[in-house]
Amino acid sequence: MAYQNARPKWTELAVGTAVTCPGSSRATKTGDWRSARPVWTNEHCVKCGVCVIFCPEGCIQFQADGYPTADLDYCKGCGICPHECPTGCIRMQDEVE
Amino acid sequence: MEKRIGIEASIAIAEAVGLCDADVVAAYPITPQTHIVEHLSEMVADGHLDAAFVPVESEHSAMSVCCGTSAAGARTFTATSSQGLALMHEILYIASALRLPIVMSVANRAISGPINIWNDHSDVMVERDVGWVQIFCENGQEAVDLTIWAFRLAEDPRVSLPIMVNFDGFIVSHMVEPLFMPDREMVKAFLPPFKPLQRLDIDNPISMGPVGIPDIFTEAKQVQQHLLTQAYQPIVETLGEFAKVFKRQYKPVETYRGDDADVLLLTMGAIGETAMTAVDQRRAKGDKVGLVRLRLWRPFPFEDLFRALGRIPVLGVIDRCISFGGPVGPVACEVKGALYGRKDHPLVVEFVAGLGGRDVTVTDFDKMFDALFEAKRSGKVPAPVLVGLRE
Amino acid sequence: MESLNVFAARLWPTENRFASGHRACQGCAEALAVRMIHGVLGRNTIVASATGCMEIISSSYPDTAWTVPWLHVAFENAAAVASGVEAGLKILVKKGKLPKRKITVVGMGGDGATADIGLQALSGAMERGHKMIYVCYDNEAYMNTGIQRSSSTPFGASTTTSPAGSLSVGQSTWKKNMPMVIAAHNVPYVATVNPSFPFDLASKVRKAQAANGPAYLHVYACCPTGWRMAPELAIAIGRLASRTGVFPLYEVENGKLHITVPTPKLSPLKEYIQPQGRFRHLDDATVAEIEKRVEEEYRKLERREGLVL
Repeated sequence: MAYQNARPKWTELAVGTAVTCPGSSRATKTGDWRSARPVWTNEHCVKCGVCVIFCPEGCIQFQADGYPTADLDYCKGCGICPHECPTGCIRMQDEVE
Repeated sequence: MEKRIGIEASIAIAEAVGLCDADVVAAYPITPQTHIVEHLSEMVADGHLDAAFVPVESEHSAMSVCCGTSAAGARTFTATSSQGLALMHEILYIASALRLPIVMSVANRAISGPINIWNDHSDVMVERDVGWVQIFCENGQEAVDLTIWAFRLAEDPRVSLPIMVNFDGFIVSHMVEPLFMPDREMVKAFLPPFKPLQRLDIDNPISMGPVGIPDIFTEAKQVQQHLLTQAYQPIVETLGEFAKVFKRQYKPVETYRGDDADVLLLTMGAIGETAMTAVDQRRAKGDKVGLVRLRLWRPFPFEDLFRALGRIPVLGVIDRCISFGGPVGPVACEVKGALYGRKDHPLVVEFVAGLGGRDVTVTDFDKMFDALFEAKRSGKVPAPVLVGLRE
Repeated sequence: MESLNVFAARLWPTENRFASGHRACQGCAEALAVRMIHGVLGRNTIVASATGCMEIISSSYPDTAWTVPWLHVAFENAAAVASGVEAGLKILVKKGKLPKRKITVVGMGGDGATADIGLQALSGAMERGHKMIYVCYDNEAYMNTGIQRSSSTPFGASTTTSPAGSLSVGQSTWKKNMPMVIAAHNVPYVATVNPSFPFDLASKVRKAQAANGPAYLHVYACCPTGWRMAPELAIAIGRLASRTGVFPLYEVENGKLHITVPTPKLSPLKEYIQPQGRFRHLDDATVAEIEKRVEEEYRKLERREGLVL
């Protein structure tokens, strides 16, 4: 995806300061806000997708094997997914420096 | 073929908007602008104009709806006056920053309080810095012509900015006068279909009006400053093309009997017509007086003004508005600012006249010319004069 | 029914119209609601947004979380702008300048932009009958400017302009009933929506999209930051909001009221109040008073079930 220049010269600014690249917020990796990350124990996961639905970042997706996982580029570590998981297969693990 | 007909200027302006095939009219009633939008809504109701008429609940929403329709790609018109313009104020800045070529008629009227429905320029002077092209008309013919021209200029891809067409409330808006009404074919020849620079399009989704952080805000403002300044060239060009099609030439600044004048008086809007009568009478008495009529307000036509002034020693500026506690007249202030640092600049005498519908008579002009000659004789600039004030 | 909903999660639209990388706080249920609603609304949608949290966090040049056309003009005029977009598209199609396509126009704003400063513009847009959806994301205060009270802030909540104090209970007025204000405009569809009830949400969003005229969705949007609570509780607190009767889920379809998540036995209010710091100062007697009023309001709603308002 071709992102627009974040520090353009005034002559390079888009018409009406519009953002012409849809979904370009993906350039902002909000994952570095996180102090803990969700970790799935797949043996207990029933692939129900509750975590997928309730993620405010929309960063939890099903993988090819059918199990969900969070895109850590964006996961802010809010902790909703372990709290909502009906089987308790997700836990938050502290990030270490 | 143009037809010369007797018609109220407001109705003629509405007909002109119809000739331009506007897609949307969104407006709220306010005196003295109402006849324009009343007539437009009739035209839509009778099928003479294929447009959406959006009868909004306020001027704030009128301008907001206009932003929405223009961003959707529709040719958009609105009209207002006075308090209505003031209520739009916030959104005017945004319409220009978003580069939405909205055309707005402003039937100039005083701002409250006390509430006053009559004409002066205190409504529009507040809007000086909103980033719109702003032009002033002297009569109904100009208002019709410059409304048609306004769509062409606003939608010019080099410009793509909103434009205010100002004319004096009642004095112009409600005047029945004989004027040439352009026909549809001529307007078609002059005004190409609206092709927006960008629009809200599901196949090409853009985000309009995002946050501008400090790191880009200065650049965004420079773009606006550049665009509005550079709009001057397209303005002159399109006025020239208007003249080719309609045989009426309008310039950013006009003069009347100014060439050999000893003193000049600068006016904006309809007051210039009375001023011409006053000039003629004074000339008949052998006094070399002349007029400068400032038509284009934004972008400010510096070079045209300098040419019009030549080496005149004394210039009077009539303001239809007061900047309280400041330099009194906003137009005079602007003119003085433009002249700053120029060699042999004239003495500038400030007059404030015709507030809230107060008549400015030929006698008043006479007194103003007297004051200009006195300034020329003494070399001294008198304190700003509030014309017609009872003391 | 709810467990069925849970396991039907795989039916949820997967396309993310509101992209990751937005700058909402941790656990922001408002950002979640935006993502959910636009997941349901789909691609052919144009959004006019009010100034506020969702505008700030989703757009900062040159970034946007939006993948559908989006327009932000100002704070109090999102409904007017949306109505303009709708009117503009409609006339351009009528005049043959644009091809006829099914496009949903959405206006959105927070509770301040909707119930306070934008109420007039919203009322106008609803009254004029534009075919559009207006979505109020109600996080019950001016969160973007630092948690000031709005007319949508619930009784007893401490905010920065309705602080709890020795002489103050916090917010001293009852929450404005916005959905009923809009229902009184006789629009074809009004509903309350809660992201903690995703399938109820999806059904209502679809009805709003299909409505033949203005539709209004009032969305419960838990704000962990402003409500001073743990972000992981955002969904749970939403569930409690509806189960305690604080935020009943209903719709008004062509004037007829229907409670979509009936709650004959309301959960104790304390469960809802306790995890939220904004209510921490309330004593038991006050909580009991609030509970009584919540119950009264809910029973009032129940008595109108099935009635044409």
